[in-house]
Amino acid sequence: VFKRFVEIGRVAFISFGPHAGKLVAIVDVIDQNRALVDGPCSGVRRQAMPFKCMQLTDFVLKFPHSARQKCVRLAWEKENINEKWSATRWAKKIEAREKKAKMTDFDRYKVMKAKKMRNRIIKHEMKKLQRMASKKGKKPGKPEKAVKGKKQEKATKAKKPEKAPAPKAQKAQK
Amino acid sequence: MAGEKAPAEKKPAEKKPAKKKAGEKKPAEQKPSQKAAGDKKKRVKKYHASRNPTLARGIGRYSRSAMYARKALYKRKYTAPETKIEKKKKEMPRATITKPVGGDKNGGSRVVKIRKMPRYYPTEDVPRKLLSHGKKPFCEHKRRLRASITPGTVLILLTGRHRGKRVVFLKQLDTGLLLVTGPLTVNRVPLRRAHQKFVIATSTKVDLTGVKIPKHLTDSYFKKKRLRKPKHQEGEIFDTEKEKYELTEQRKADQKAVDSQILARIKKVPQLRGYLRSTFSLSNGVYPHKLVF
Repeated sequence: VFKRFVEIGRVAFISFGPHAGKLVAIVDVIDQNRALVDGPCSGVRRQAMPFKCMQLTDFVLKFPHSARQKCVRLAWEKENINEKWSATRWAKKIEAREKKAKMTDFDRYKVMKAKKMRNRIIKHEMKKLQRMASKKGKKPGKPEKAVKGKKQEKATKAKKPEKAPAPKAQKAQK
Repeated sequence: MAGEKAPAEKKPAEKKPAKKKAGEKKPAEQKPSQKAAGDKKKRVKKYHASRNPTLARGIGRYSRSAMYARKALYKRKYTAPETKIEKKKKEMPRATITKPVGGDKNGGSRVVKIRKMPRYYPTEDVPRKLLSHGKKPFCEHKRRLRASITPGTVLILLTGRHRGKRVVFLKQLDTGLLLVTGPLTVNRVPLRRAHQKFVIATSTKVDLTGVKIPKHLTDSYFKKKRLRKPKHQEGEIFDTEKEKYELTEQRKADQKAVDSQILARIKKVPQLRGYLRSTFSLSNGVYPHKLVF
């Protein structure tokens, strides 16, 4: 049922508070509500932090409890947590959300145009396949894969390379 | 100072030997000398600081007579230039005028005063108004411009017949209104004035370096013309008021001159033309306070 546990070395994401948005490693448990936490590679000093503001990630580091910051840092860098984190979908979603909030009026226009073009292409292909299917009876499997291929093509061809694929990638996942 | 016109302004140190000043700063002297280099006729006097040190507010160290001596007023006797007196002798304003009068046996003309005595004196004099300060007329108001609005900024008009349209900002006019253009071929907004308060400034800017806006585009150029000559009272005046706006050739020429420069720059930015053609609108879930413009 539960897959991520609070343990020594568990990397957690801080969701609110002064260090919101940063990653920390749990170094020790103080009591039922607080943990001793340290984020040497993310700019969080070693401190007590309530569990409530932490959200557990999939990453676990190996260091003994109450290890000092140097050890935590070594373990962190050995596992390359920062890179692994930015490769996760979680981090990408956060980044996309930030980018969306920072979009200017012009960016919104460009995204709208890109989405419109993409949807038009998709619809075009769909209609083609539907017509083919209705003409020649049932065609299994292959037509759907062709549509997905086209989706990825158009996603990479974005006008605003960062922002357009971000909302489009989200749409593709849906 | 009679005969004050200093011939050689280019002398840096001793500019006016007539005036003896105590403790003049040299750089301060040089400034007026540089200014005066251009115009000889203008007064280039340097005024002395107050020769009457204050003991307390409103109280000077020296009395009137002492100050008379300190300022050497016994030496300073100004007379008006003579030419003016001569002129005044000639140019007395006309007090009366002779006007022709019709009818026979009337003498043909009358001598009429130009400036007549008042025909009515009110029984109660209007009390003298108290002095007020800081109430300036509109022409003297300070014009401000938001920092986010610079030449070339794309603005979103919020009111008027062009509401929702995205438009390029050119400059701020003397009354504080913003001179703005579509350009016309892009979104049918001509050279027009817009009010700063009813405009959203986006962060998108068109590079308008080197774009020359004609000097004659001022507020009076854009002001609505109202003709007021009701020769016949009531009746058919309502038509003569210029309700229908007529497009003049000059407007077309100015529009072309400005737009040609701007369009070239708009074409350089990809998708900007389409952006200017589109209109701004809100829909569900879109909150202006959350949007970054």
